[in-house]
Amino acid sequence: MPRPLAEQKVIQEEVKELESFVVEGMDLSGHWNRMFGQRVIWDYSHDNMEKVTDLPGGESLGWCYGCAKCTAVCPIDIVGDYSPRKIHRKTQLGIDLFKSDDLWLCTTCMNCLRVCPKEVNMIKIMPAVREQAVLEGDVPAELQKAFEDTAKNGNPLGQPQRKRAAWVSQSDVPVPIMRQHKQPVDVLWYVGSYPSYHPRGIDAALAAARIFHALGIDFGILGPEEKDDGDSFRLAGETGLFEMLAEDNIKALEKYEWNRLVVTGPHEYNAFKNEYPKFGFDRPVQHYTQFLVEHLDQLKPLLKHEVNRTVTFHDPCYLGRHNGEYDAPRELLRAIPGVKLVEMGRCKENGYCCGGGGGGMWLDSFTQNHTRMRLSERRVREAVEYNAEVLAVACPFEVSRFEDGAKSTGNDHLQVLDILEMLDQSMRG
Amino acid sequence: MKIVVAIKHVPSLADEVELNDEGTNLDFDAIDFALSEWDEQAIEQAVLVKEASGGSVTVVGVDIIEELEKVLHTALAKGADEVAKIVGDFEPPIESRTQAKMLAEAIGAMSPDLVLTGVQAVDDLDGQMGPMLAAMLDMPYVGVVVNVKAAGGTATITKEYPGGVTADFEVQLPLVVGVQAASQPPRYAPVSKIRQMAKTAVIAEIETDDDGAGGPTIRKMAQPVAAGHAEMIDGDSGEVAEKILAILRDKGLV
Repeated sequence: MPRPLAEQKVIQEEVKELESFVVEGMDLSGHWNRMFGQRVIWDYSHDNMEKVTDLPGGESLGWCYGCAKCTAVCPIDIVGDYSPRKIHRKTQLGIDLFKSDDLWLCTTCMNCLRVCPKEVNMIKIMPAVREQAVLEGDVPAELQKAFEDTAKNGNPLGQPQRKRAAWVSQSDVPVPIMRQHKQPVDVLWYVGSYPSYHPRGIDAALAAARIFHALGIDFGILGPEEKDDGDSFRLAGETGLFEMLAEDNIKALEKYEWNRLVVTGPHEYNAFKNEYPKFGFDRPVQHYTQFLVEHLDQLKPLLKHEVNRTVTFHDPCYLGRHNGEYDAPRELLRAIPGVKLVEMGRCKENGYCCGGGGGGMWLDSFTQNHTRMRLSERRVREAVEYNAEVLAVACPFEVSRFEDGAKSTGNDHLQVLDILEMLDQSMRG
Repeated sequence: MKIVVAIKHVPSLADEVELNDEGTNLDFDAIDFALSEWDEQAIEQAVLVKEASGGSVTVVGVDIIEELEKVLHTALAKGADEVAKIVGDFEPPIESRTQAKMLAEAIGAMSPDLVLTGVQAVDDLDGQMGPMLAAMLDMPYVGVVVNVKAAGGTATITKEYPGGVTADFEVQLPLVVGVQAASQPPRYAPVSKIRQMAKTAVIAEIETDDDGAGGPTIRKMAQPVAAGHAEMIDGDSGEVAEKILAILRDKGLV
């Protein structure tokens, strides 16, 4: 830990000033100047810095020494003017982060922490400061709407809780709902909010159901007893909402007998793996790509139809950087006959961010005012630069984000598909 | 200034409403309840008046299905000072007149200077809660209100009329106001705060002997029946134009 700022001043009384100073015949006499005086930074109050660093989780903002490695990799800075180093500097100069629009731009993608030599951790700083802003009522309206909808209905899409399993009626294979199934299952599949309600998310859910069924997996879903995992709301500062959702989901999961938990989304994966254990939930969880890779020997013979497309894969921040899984999605894509997999420049550890994490999913208009283009639009352009015909994804936030990005940048020819949909295509032709 | 907000817990319309087997009312076991959205506006307006002029806000409602606590915790998180629920041996539905009687009794005992309530609610849409409360409490009533300012013994009330016309009234307190909309959108109560309230808050319980039954008997309740559908006219523009003309002639419009 560095010394508190107040102790870091040059103590002028302890510096000796000579009347004249001659070295090897050269007169080097001088006078007090800014080098010895307080540095320019002391012209500003550091109260706002301490407001952040005094918060549990906010400490590391004070550790920044301005090297700007984060600026080079920050996905927001690539389309705007924002990075942890800039936040640090602005806060040093007296800008109140609690009231600043900057507070809501970070998507918690974690690329800054990956390169930071001082371990300035925006994944902890942002939720800590945002929590205080939320308690003060300083929340962008769109995000607040998502909070309200989720608090009321258990999902940020504002759809009824009872209809969470309505998508099952579109499935051509049985999808057992635990409440009615009344028997233990091997795999409890946590579907997630977007695969349950969003039309393009439902496409992935239907594909997953067909794949599980074809593999003969004994699975079930919580249906109307499932609620949003809440992890993105935690990162957006609504800690209480996250805690409430975590408690409700854990209660629902503990009602039934199952061996392992498989989730559709990386945010859900992060929640169950890293956050729910703090609430007493200690069960194994896998992202669907990890689960399916384990079944690759049975899956491969089912992938009968060629998908002759040039495909690139977008690493979800919360599957890749946050949880270190880069191989499983790629192995699944390589298993599809005909697929030509190309990597984008920003991939794996340095993967770009779709803009949806950390609450960004519900801040589209807000962020628009601070960026030249959407992060998803930047990513779509990158995929096109690499001549990809398909942008493959493994996060339910991304399908709609990238599809919108493809349309708004005039790249309609770029198809955005969840890996589940691609596997399903290859299975069914 | 003592401000009291009278609220109603009403069937939630977030989901499709289901009817009971007899088709005489909603199936109250199959639907959720929510705070009436106009009452949410009334709570906001009450907190705004308190913030501007001081005083205290008490929120009170009839606990029809024993789930009013969360609504009251939310009210506290938004800035209410005290909350109370009227409890008794009753089942849904309790019609507005009966609820008004229970509420008036409870509110009368609080000696309020200002009583706010939603101008209407989805359960009956007749807008009578405010006027009934006012009559029972023997206070004046102003409804369809979009702003309330109170100072000293009077309140300045902005009432909305059709066509975007508003009028300001100066009314002697005490007074009952039916709120159409608060002067600014209801604030968000962070779940963190609500949960904190749930751990620490004290909800006053006001017992009533009234069993909540009575009121008019509903003979039949039914989902609206879809009447007719739009007719899609196919063909090229000439054919479509001819068909439209034929329809208009047929209806005697041209």
